[in-house]
Amino acid sequence: PHAGPVESKNEAAMSELVPEPRQKPVVPMKPMGINTSLLGYIGIDTIIEQMRKKTMKTGFDFNIMVVGQSGLGKSTLVNTLFKSQVSRKSSGWNREEKIPKTVEIKAIGHVIEEGGVKMKLTVIDTPGFGDQINNENCWEPIEKYINEQYEKFLKEEVNIARKKRIPDTRVHCCLYFISPTGHSLRPLDLEFMKHLSKVVNIIPVIAKADTMTLEEKTEFKQRVRKELEVNGIEFYPQKEFDEDLEDKTENDKIRQESMPFAVVGSDKEYQVNGKRVLGRKTPWGIIEVENLNHCEFALLRDFVIRTHLQDLKEVTHNIHYETYRAKRLNDNGGLPPMTVETEENHESNL
Amino acid sequence: QGEGCRTVPLSGHVGFDSLPDQLVNKSVNHGFCFNILCVGETGLGKSTLMDTLFNTKFEGDTASHSQPGVQLKSSTYDLQESNVNLKLTIVSTVGFGDQINKEDSYKPIVEFIDAQFEAYLQEELKIKRVLHNYHDTRIHACLYFIAPTGHSLKSLDLVTMKKLDSKVNIIPIIAKSDAISKSELTKFKIKITSELVSNGVQIYQFPTDDESVAEINGTMNAHLPFAVIGSTEELKIGNKMMKARQYPWGTVQVENEAHCDFVKLREMLIRVNMEDLREQTHTRHYELYRRCKLEEMGFKDTDPDSKPFSLQETYEAKRNEFLGELQKKEEAMRQMFVQRVKEKEAELKEAEKELHEKFDRLKKLHQDEKKKLEDKKKSLDDEVNAFKQRKTAAELLQSQAQQAGGSQTLKRDKERK
Repeated sequence: PHAGPVESKNEAAMSELVPEPRQKPVVPMKPMGINTSLLGYIGIDTIIEQMRKKTMKTGFDFNIMVVGQSGLGKSTLVNTLFKSQVSRKSSGWNREEKIPKTVEIKAIGHVIEEGGVKMKLTVIDTPGFGDQINNENCWEPIEKYINEQYEKFLKEEVNIARKKRIPDTRVHCCLYFISPTGHSLRPLDLEFMKHLSKVVNIIPVIAKADTMTLEEKTEFKQRVRKELEVNGIEFYPQKEFDEDLEDKTENDKIRQESMPFAVVGSDKEYQVNGKRVLGRKTPWGIIEVENLNHCEFALLRDFVIRTHLQDLKEVTHNIHYETYRAKRLNDNGGLPPMTVETEENHESNL
Repeated sequence: QGEGCRTVPLSGHVGFDSLPDQLVNKSVNHGFCFNILCVGETGLGKSTLMDTLFNTKFEGDTASHSQPGVQLKSSTYDLQESNVNLKLTIVSTVGFGDQINKEDSYKPIVEFIDAQFEAYLQEELKIKRVLHNYHDTRIHACLYFIAPTGHSLKSLDLVTMKKLDSKVNIIPIIAKSDAISKSELTKFKIKITSELVSNGVQIYQFPTDDESVAEINGTMNAHLPFAVIGSTEELKIGNKMMKARQYPWGTVQVENEAHCDFVKLREMLIRVNMEDLREQTHTRHYELYRRCKLEEMGFKDTDPDSKPFSLQETYEAKRNEFLGELQKKEEAMRQMFVQRVKEKEAELKEAEKELHEKFDRLKKLHQDEKKKLEDKKKSLDDEVNAFKQRKTAAELLQSQAQQAGGSQTLKRDKERK
């Protein structure tokens, strides 16, 4: 029960500035905790609004890495995911450009805004991965890059005078593109995922899924899932990080049925049934990218962006980064060679 | 944000505008914590105000006021409203201002606040740490209760607030303000504010950088310090039940803004700035503590040549230093040991020497004795021999004499015959 007119006047004034998210209850709250019973509305739940406003002001960082052989449609997919030209497409390359001799890491950042929410999106491309004749250890530059970002963050974190907000360049999500052979995973795929699933969140994705029929797709997905399991590869969302039963049931469904997502990407629009849709036009029909009957792009998008984006960042920060940090701080004595290189690079870049 | 990055337009709805919701949902699942410290003299109504603010009767026996020195009493409560779980910790001073000599009264408070920072720092420095599940005990807001004298701040107040202003967000409030009349109150507030300013005390300013709250926060900043009244008793006023205090001359309504600033305090503390208080504690006060503590421990960000140290190097240096000290200690111990052994050896040698000497002495003595005895024996033997000789001679003489006598006897016998 509230106090009288004075209170409601104040609340009316407040509601112009701080929109109350939910109805104030008329009955007293249920008593909780140590011998306390609340006899009226206090306003503790406004902290949600306060927090929301603060986060909107500071904005978000998101760093996504795409790995896969050239020609699997990585850049197109990222552009489709974020509905903007955030990734340079290989078809835009001058075809005389040679395929890089080693794996290169290219990180490009853009700022995108939607609904008042500002996001600094960094797409990390890995041209040259799996394109050589001898691809031994081609994941090493990638692993090195990921660890370098953790190192950068750690260095900032241990400073005496630290920045208010440490710039986050750590890779939050790595989309691994599987070639739609229809048979099984390639040894390179297994090797990469085995090594990298320990340091970063890997989301395996079946690229160019419009080359498979529905049955082929289902079979292929099952086989891939089985192979991943047999090889002990924990892709995101990892079973061990499910926080509660709700998470577990939701994630189990994704892990066992939907993943790996079989996707098709496109940045061209066509007219279908009177609507403009993103799609690929073929002589036998138009593949609608966002149509769940055609491919699982929408599932991937919802999964990565609309429901699990914050979780991807948190797992990266609370688990992968902490593992790196603990290992780093435990190493006493000799500096690992990677660090020395980083420091040298750092100095030379100053 | 966006340094060197260009903004790219979106050609459709992507869906990341749900990000704040995702973040908030995670925080809600996790729960929030808020820690308030109430500093004030005995009897200023700290516990009552807390009860009034949070609309509940917090359990807790009234503190015994017979302890010497200032103590801090802390209690944690779980509150829930809608789907928000709040772990509220209320820390109160007990016996503040009761002493005759109040020079050290502020110390337990400063130590307590530092201890919470220290605990957080320790966790942050651990190798295996669980920061996201850590129960944050750092004080987010300090309500400083000013006695309603109507004149000015007490020197204890000034000293204490000066010591606390760089460690915690201070919100000064005038307690039991139903003891002051309206006109006196205005003068009192002005006096307090000017005293705080002239003494350089930094109290918490409600943030005015966000347009949506800038206006209200700005207005509220001008009303500081809030004059509050606390009461958990509900009285019927008109046809509603309200928190109030009844006097013979009238009834003071707690939530009536014309009577006191309680509503303002609640708005500012809980409904508008709770998150900002938490953030300021973490990014300003805690960082300052951390910086000072690490510098104290000898860590630096740059060495004398202004090249950035890496933590690795600092650790290495410290470790080597430590190992060096350890080695020195070991050496010292070893030296001492060697010394002791030498000493003992010398002692033993001394003892041995003594024993030898003793032995020699005894031996000599023994030999002397032996010689003496032998000499004696010899002389005795000589005597014996001499005696024997005399005896033999005497016997011989006797036998001769006997023979002669015997032969005489024989002669006599013959003659007779």
